[in-house]
Amino acid sequence: MAFFVEPLQYRFFVHGLMAALLVGSLCGLLGVYIVLRQMSYIGHGLSHAVFGGAVVSHLLGLNIYVGAGLWGFGAAVLIHRLASRPDMHADAAIGIVTTASFAVGVALMSRVHRFTQDFEAVLFGNVLGVSEHDLVLIAVVTGLTGLVVAAFYKQLLFSTFDEAVAQVSGVPTRLVRLLFALILALAILASMQVLGVTLIAATIVMPAATARLLTHSFSTMLVLSTVLGGLTALAGMYLSYYFDIASGASIVLFAALLFVGILSARRHG
Amino acid sequence: MSDALLTLQRVSAGYASQAIFADLDLSLAPGQFAALVGPTGGGKSTLLKLILGLLPCTRGAVQRLPQVTIGYVPQRENIDWRFPVTAAQVVLMGRYRHTSYWPWATRTDRREVAQLLERLGLAAYARRHISQLSGGQQQRVFLARALIARPDLLLLDEPTSGVDLKTQHDILHLLHELNREGMTILLATHDLNTIASHVPWVICFQHGIIAQGPPDTVLTPAILSQTYNADMVVLRQGNLTFIANRSLAHEHVAQQGTLAHRPRRVNDGILR
Repeated sequence: MAFFVEPLQYRFFVHGLMAALLVGSLCGLLGVYIVLRQMSYIGHGLSHAVFGGAVVSHLLGLNIYVGAGLWGFGAAVLIHRLASRPDMHADAAIGIVTTASFAVGVALMSRVHRFTQDFEAVLFGNVLGVSEHDLVLIAVVTGLTGLVVAAFYKQLLFSTFDEAVAQVSGVPTRLVRLLFALILALAILASMQVLGVTLIAATIVMPAATARLLTHSFSTMLVLSTVLGGLTALAGMYLSYYFDIASGASIVLFAALLFVGILSARRHG
Repeated sequence: MSDALLTLQRVSAGYASQAIFADLDLSLAPGQFAALVGPTGGGKSTLLKLILGLLPCTRGAVQRLPQVTIGYVPQRENIDWRFPVTAAQVVLMGRYRHTSYWPWATRTDRREVAQLLERLGLAAYARRHISQLSGGQQQRVFLARALIARPDLLLLDEPTSGVDLKTQHDILHLLHELNREGMTILLATHDLNTIASHVPWVICFQHGIIAQGPPDTVLTPAILSQTYNADMVVLRQGNLTFIANRSLAHEHVAQQGTLAHRPRRVNDGILR
């Protein structure tokens, strides 16, 4: 018991733990749609794109979160528009938009050296530096995402499975795409502080892929992936505390171990 | 023309640089059962998508009678068979317009799905994952998803591809039954032999309509050769029609080496 309780005496750890739990669940939930749409790379790409937006808004003196959020939403919409062209595949669209956007951030950062330190946190995450303000933002985004997923459950499921027939059947597929792009951009933004842009993709993909190994039912996969995302984040935080490794990395490594464990259990079971 | 369920007037589709077809006129009367036949890449799927509103016309217009609802069964190749859904969950998606706003299925939803699965002989497979069904069962599940919305017009893209002969016949019989109940049906296929004896109206299509009419008048070597850009042969034996590409038929015979084990009458027909 002391194993779990000891770190809780530190306020920064409690904040980090709550943030990781929320972000893990949030990424696990959205990851289901991303993995099933076979767009795993979009999490990786968008998190990089958001970095460009964060640098630009910082330079312009805007709120980083608002600027990066808008930038991420814009990038997601642009990707969807490009990907729906008949002469363009989704992976190429993701590659073009997000790397260009990331490059904007890197170019500006290399030109103006003064805030390299701040942005290390954006790149690699610093869950122990999560403030109460950040925690509120993460909680709001997680709650909002949960509401959107519940309210648009049928629309999201149908258009993820078969967008053309969903459209024919009356699902407002364009609106669903935009809405999803918006909550994904917000989720990535909320996760940046905890995981850093380099690790967000893993927390989006791994719980969903692991959950898929365990069920053939979509609704069960949603619940499992959310729970697994939250639990791996918690486990990763404790690993981070006791082994003194970066929290983002320990969360991702624990999720990867869990995936491999379940995969081999399924294979031998 | 004005009482047609669906009318396409001088419709063009494709990209700015290359038209897939141009100035196409087509109408479907209520209760019509038609097959759209032609080679792969000839624009059949494009035409279906245009009717469905999934692709824009570059010119012309598609007009439907008011309140006409369309059901669509896409090609099997377009389905993600690894997606975590059961047969019943797929059919339930088709009730989108009729169901409640809540995320869960209502009692009416479940009853309607169960009744339709029962009618299509799928009741025992309702809880199976879609990848665990046979080709014919999969095709019927997707047909059920379209049917549960009670469409006036049913469009099917290659409904008989990748399933065995018995399943092909079962599917066409089911479509006949639905057509007798008043449903208008348009199916796209490259498989001439299945539709030759099953579908009352055939539209030969390759970047435009080559010919249309009852199978007896349309399925001729001249029209089919023009449709498929290949030398086609048509054999009729009572109610049965057999259609083949002459060069492929010869190649097949050459590969077999001997014809001794095959019914002589048919071989003679193909060869001469």
